[in-house]
Amino acid sequence: MKVASTETGFDVETVRKDFPILSRKVNGYPLVYFDNAATSQTPQQVIDTIVDYYSRYNANIHRGVHSLSQEATDAYEQARLKIRKHFNAAKSHEIIFTAGTTHAINLVASGFSALIKEGEEVIVSALEHHSNIVPWQMLCEKTGAVLKVIPMNDNGTLNMNEFQNLLSEKTKLVFVNHVSNALGTVNPVKEIIEKAHGVGAAVLLDGAQAAPHIKADVQELDVDFYTVSAHKMCGPTGVGVLYGKEEWLKKLPPYQGGGEMISTVTFEKTTYADLPHKFEAGTPNICGGIAFGAALDYMNGIGFEKIAAYEHELLDYATVKLLEIEGLRIYGTSEEKTAVISFNIGDLHPYDIGTIIDKLGVAVRTGHHCAQPVMDYYKIPGTVRASFAFYNTKEEIDIFIEAVKRAKNMLS
Amino acid sequence: MSNIKEIQNEIVDEFEMFDDWMQRYEHMIELGKSLPLIEDKYKIEDNLIKGCQSKVWVHAELQGDRLIFTADSDAIITKGIIAILIRAYSNQHPKDIIDADTAFIDEIGLKEHLSPTRANGLVSMIKQLKMYAVAYQTQLN
Ligand SMILES: Cc1ncc(COP(=O)(O)O)c(C=O)c1O
Repeated sequence: MKVASTETGFDVETVRKDFPILSRKVNGYPLVYFDNAATSQTPQQVIDTIVDYYSRYNANIHRGVHSLSQEATDAYEQARLKIRKHFNAAKSHEIIFTAGTTHAINLVASGFSALIKEGEEVIVSALEHHSNIVPWQMLCEKTGAVLKVIPMNDNGTLNMNEFQNLLSEKTKLVFVNHVSNALGTVNPVKEIIEKAHGVGAAVLLDGAQAAPHIKADVQELDVDFYTVSAHKMCGPTGVGVLYGKEEWLKKLPPYQGGGEMISTVTFEKTTYADLPHKFEAGTPNICGGIAFGAALDYMNGIGFEKIAAYEHELLDYATVKLLEIEGLRIYGTSEEKTAVISFNIGDLHPYDIGTIIDKLGVAVRTGHHCAQPVMDYYKIPGTVRASFAFYNTKEEIDIFIEAVKRAKNMLS
Repeated sequence: MSNIKEIQNEIVDEFEMFDDWMQRYEHMIELGKSLPLIEDKYKIEDNLIKGCQSKVWVHAELQGDRLIFTADSDAIITKGIIAILIRAYSNQHPKDIIDADTAFIDEIGLKEHLSPTRANGLVSMIKQLKMYAVAYQTQLN
């Protein structure tokens, strides 16, 4: 592959050398990995952190007096500080380690079932991942609260007028994704937060898809809860974070009981530990947390502004090329979007296209992307979704376009 | 009338002629075109096979003592896969369908379609064909 010097002055070839997986072959072809919105790839720096942890200081944290335990605890807490700094949380105990976004949302939804009453309202958007729908439906079933939905527009943006109409003094919570996983739409979260706060409602932003591309400042946003998954931002699977404002985290009851989250336990009464431990029952994914910190170091080392600019270059390049294919329709055409292209060609099934281009080494996601309401809106069974990361190249996009054209020819 | 094993071997031989996967897929797409199509009135929720990313409908009916399958799918490759299965299992005695092994699937390299993440539910399809066979077998007894 020739050295790509980009308009943004970002040296992708150097970056690619950090990702060992990018040099493998799939079905006899060089891997073209365009399923980054599902899970991103892992740079050597993060892999080394994982190996180093298990090779040198694997031990349980917050418990042992011995040196290994202390080293592991320090590294884990160091990672928490890195995450705090990255998202600009006011306090490090506002950063709760979780297994990922799904876990983080369930933690908040479960806690709110103690704070919400029958007839009160919670608002979701039509653009959500099932992870940010189902826990709230469960909350509503349990409490008798009412779920309202912000409808979407044809271009994959939210209908903000309708949102305004849904808000009332009954609204207790609004939860929307910062970026839609199915379409890549960046939602006007600042406006949503301001309006929700105007009626006294709290806001949870599902940042799973935003965090790999946009450095969110939780204080500037004034958001109440923000959730992320490490595996979408160069970190390992099974670890993520819930940011919560201290006042809210104090109000929410604990999610799971167990070790680590207690202060004292007797059979008469248990008192809970302070934040963040109140929400961190049991032995956490210690190595995962530390590696998440390393992933943030890695991405910040490149710089989120450079990442975003380069990914936009890829997005624009691929969008133009794809639209040259006859009968191809892109879903989600908001002006504000991340490097995600969801599309169909004529009435070809996305599954057929995905299967064939996989045989040519190209990895994309097909299906409803855990966002069935979005597919229902467009009355389609699913889409083909190509999602780009900063380590992808225009040459890879060319290969992908050729593969899609070949699939189209075979299938029509 | 060939028995199931003979047809399975025939299919395996056919697939062995191709040396790359694109050709095999082209062949599958061709086979999909010869799929005995299910009548529209049977394209109902009850006849949908669960566990597939694409929709697959299968209908079965007895003609004499043989079970005849018809099917359809909204995805072309899935149509090819179900066409392969139907070619092997349709127009056979229910008992033979129940007893038939599925090793030929591995032999033609469709095994990768068995993984749940591929979600086109080859396992579910075979299970459904066999369930029909079980149901009709009891009718014949
Ligand atoms: C917008 C969004 N929310 C939530 C999730 C769930 O994240 P996880 O599976 O890491 O818990 C995803 C992942 O696909 C997502 O894209």
